[in-house]
Amino acid sequence: MDERELVIVGGGPAGMAAAVEARECGVRDIVLLERGAHLGGILNQCVHAGFGLAHFREVLTGPEYADRFIQRVYETPGIEVSTRSFVAELKPGKVLTYLRPGAVCTVRAKALIMATGCRERTREMIQIPGTRPAGVYSAGLAQKMINIEGLLPGRRVVVIGSGDIGLIMARRFSLEGATVSAVIEIQRQPTGLKRNIVQCLDDFGIPLYLGHRVLWIHGKNRVEAVDVAPVDELGREISEARFTLACDTVLVSVGLIPENELIEMAGVELDRRTNTPVSSDLNYTSVPGLFVCGNAFKVYDIVDSVTRDSIVAGRQAVEYLAACNGGERRG
Amino acid sequence: MVRELTCIECPTGCAIVVTVENGRAVHVEGNGCRRGRDYAVAEVEHPERLLTTTVPARGLSLRMVPVRTSRPIPKDARVNAMSEIRKVRISAPVRVGDVVLPNLLGLGVDVVATRDVS
Amino acid sequence: MRECDVVIVGGGVVGAAVAYELSHYRLKAALLEKEEELSFGVSKANSGIIHPGTQNPPDSLKGRLCVEGNRLVREMATVLDLDFKEVGELVVAFDDDELGRLWLLKQEGELLGVPGLEIVSRDWLRDNEPNLNREAVAALHAPTAGIISPYRFVYALSESAALNGIDIVTRARVERIEHISPGRPGDRARFALSTSAAEFAARYVVNCGGLYADDIAAMVGVHTFHIRPRKGEEYILDKKRRYLTRHLLFPVPTPESKGILVTRTSDGNPMIGPTAFEVEDREDLSTTDAGLRLVLAVAQKLVPAIDARDIIAYFAGLRPAAGDDFVIRAEAAAPGFIDVAGIQSPGLTAAPAIARYVANLLRWCGMELETKAGLRQLNRRSFHLFAMPLGDAKRLVEQDPDRGDIVCRCETVSLREVKDAIAAGATTLDGVKYRTRAGAGRCHGSFCTCRIMRLLAEETSRPVTAVSKRGAGSELVVEDRSDG
Repeated sequence: MDERELVIVGGGPAGMAAAVEARECGVRDIVLLERGAHLGGILNQCVHAGFGLAHFREVLTGPEYADRFIQRVYETPGIEVSTRSFVAELKPGKVLTYLRPGAVCTVRAKALIMATGCRERTREMIQIPGTRPAGVYSAGLAQKMINIEGLLPGRRVVVIGSGDIGLIMARRFSLEGATVSAVIEIQRQPTGLKRNIVQCLDDFGIPLYLGHRVLWIHGKNRVEAVDVAPVDELGREISEARFTLACDTVLVSVGLIPENELIEMAGVELDRRTNTPVSSDLNYTSVPGLFVCGNAFKVYDIVDSVTRDSIVAGRQAVEYLAACNGGERRG
Repeated sequence: MVRELTCIECPTGCAIVVTVENGRAVHVEGNGCRRGRDYAVAEVEHPERLLTTTVPARGLSLRMVPVRTSRPIPKDARVNAMSEIRKVRISAPVRVGDVVLPNLLGLGVDVVATRDVS
Repeated sequence: MRECDVVIVGGGVVGAAVAYELSHYRLKAALLEKEEELSFGVSKANSGIIHPGTQNPPDSLKGRLCVEGNRLVREMATVLDLDFKEVGELVVAFDDDELGRLWLLKQEGELLGVPGLEIVSRDWLRDNEPNLNREAVAALHAPTAGIISPYRFVYALSESAALNGIDIVTRARVERIEHISPGRPGDRARFALSTSAAEFAARYVVNCGGLYADDIAAMVGVHTFHIRPRKGEEYILDKKRRYLTRHLLFPVPTPESKGILVTRTSDGNPMIGPTAFEVEDREDLSTTDAGLRLVLAVAQKLVPAIDARDIIAYFAGLRPAAGDDFVIRAEAAAPGFIDVAGIQSPGLTAAPAIARYVANLLRWCGMELETKAGLRQLNRRSFHLFAMPLGDAKRLVEQDPDRGDIVCRCETVSLREVKDAIAAGATTLDGVKYRTRAGAGRCHGSFCTCRIMRLLAEETSRPVTAVSKRGAGSELVVEDRSDG
């Protein structure tokens, strides 16, 4: 079986930063596996600006931020990029099996960095009652539909959850001419950044209902309306104050879940509550030489922090390899 | 007159207080940095925003090309700006920074690509 | 007017099983389904349990047909490449009173011919069902219980039927049924069915109309039963919790339903539910807070480690109940018309046996059923890349590159599987999901929906704005602003 010095799973900002740093520190055998057709990860669909102020001292859009790293990765010999490569299995001993159109490959990684990002919490996970019509989308799916596919999901939108992705999409829909009737947040404070409340909601006159919950999604085949009510301090509905909002689209933006099912397969200890590795220090897992960085390690607010910490992961992998190889030479 | 603003320049979101006289910002307080001060003044005198969206591609490797205005444009011009940008089709390869629509609405601001598309 | 010998109304598991059965004979038959695809009605929400036959009155059609169906499903599993897995069931007792009822259930089951029933002890439970609540005192073990994918069962039955000459027609809602009098003496009278698709004429009609079976029967003047829908909510847990149970777990049943169970889907996801509430609206498929709380309470009593945070999906189904038992009879008031109604649990298990029963009823009505020689076999080979040696998997993917192109990453579904599903008749997102599991995993389609939409648009030659979740009215997007 193929053995490689450093394998990095995930070609988004985390994986790319780790790859570049590891290369800078002298590792010459690096494989970067990306399941999509392009590098860039979720940044490819984040066409809005607000990235890069900390790391580049510039205000960049998601694709521009990604592009800085994509250029470096492709210009760097020693980083082998494999796109459309989906890691389907991870076994103890850092053995990965990945699928590509036309091939199944197995590789043993001496050092492994998992930069697999997050998925969104879905409607099903928070069990919003009602029917299951078309038109209920996670905010990220709606973002992909609009920004990557050029498809308008709907014209009258209600957003559940005041997470950043939902706020960004409230603006995006508004710019595309759709009506966003409300953002509904069960907590008393918005969960997204203050600046997004201003530039995504206030700018467009979109009402934010704090301390409210969506009680029911209506619609036989396509979303028709949602029932909303305020909740008390214990989270119970005040049903006398309930109201209905007509809509054809519901966006769900209620948090991100780190994707660590692969490392679970390989015997890494996970914290069940957060789905992140049990860790003694940044990027470390219970398996030596197996690092997790970026949103898969913990959910970050801005990508600049992901880059900062993923650079560290690159270095940590190099240190681990040096210790291994040093040990091998001695032994 | 006093206006309270939340700065949108960076994730911190400083609470800024601006004293306004005759439509001009005469005093700014609460900003954590220079950018915040500039933002507060602009927000009071000539509110502007960067506009980011996507433009359909024809015959290229991606369906949509993400774009941005090269500089912020007046907040209120965004609706018209979106209409103009929607008319554009990109049928030749572009690189990050290439102009896809020059001088948007005569504002002296270009619309540029933010991704390499071949 | 399309002439047939038999028209089957309803393309769920019962209609498909009847179609499969009839495909063994020399006759012309059509299966009519009102929705966009087969299995989009009652069968869509089936829990997939193949029941051993316990918990039915010994003199009931339900009981007899379930036991026979359990046997037949196993035989068909090889021929039709079904994903049937025998896992066994435990009806769990928590006190002496319940233990007493277990003995009764065992007796009734034995009268029906359910094999292998035994009462097992606390020690046995500790060894063989480790996550079961330690307060359980005993359980009735029925080893012949199993699980299957209900939709893939429907597709296997209908594809085989179609391969052997049965016409499968979707988007065909039966609106009117009239009698055509015999033109000449000696001719049989026929039924003329007007549907939203085409007109059909047949000497025999088999009504497998599910929630609307009474409406269909009323079209020929039969009003002997009434469908009272009973809703059941089910909640599906993340596949990584598959270790929580080994057998299907049942509490001691109440008169209303088999109770809230802890089972699993044939794909390996633990599933809890269903509830049982009578509803007015035959289209009310909503899930509720109250339903969830009830399901969790009962499920957690059986398996305390069940955690609501692991719920990744939920849905509701409507049981087309017409009283306590199945209503399967040739209607005297409308000769040639056979009702197959009230098929609630254990309908899925019983389906192949129901189909044979229907064939007998047709004979009884005067139909000649001449066995065909040489039935064509379905050429289905389903396999999981990781269930085979690596060398084999590599060769397969090298030969067919689309097998290595992963569309749905939560369930590892390849482009090949999605294309095959569309070629086999999936025209909607749900159709692809039921055939391949794509979109049914933990991210619930967040990552793969766009690609599946594009594939459906391409392979069914329609604009992406016409791609729907489950048929007209459930389109996914309202406008395409790309260059097309």
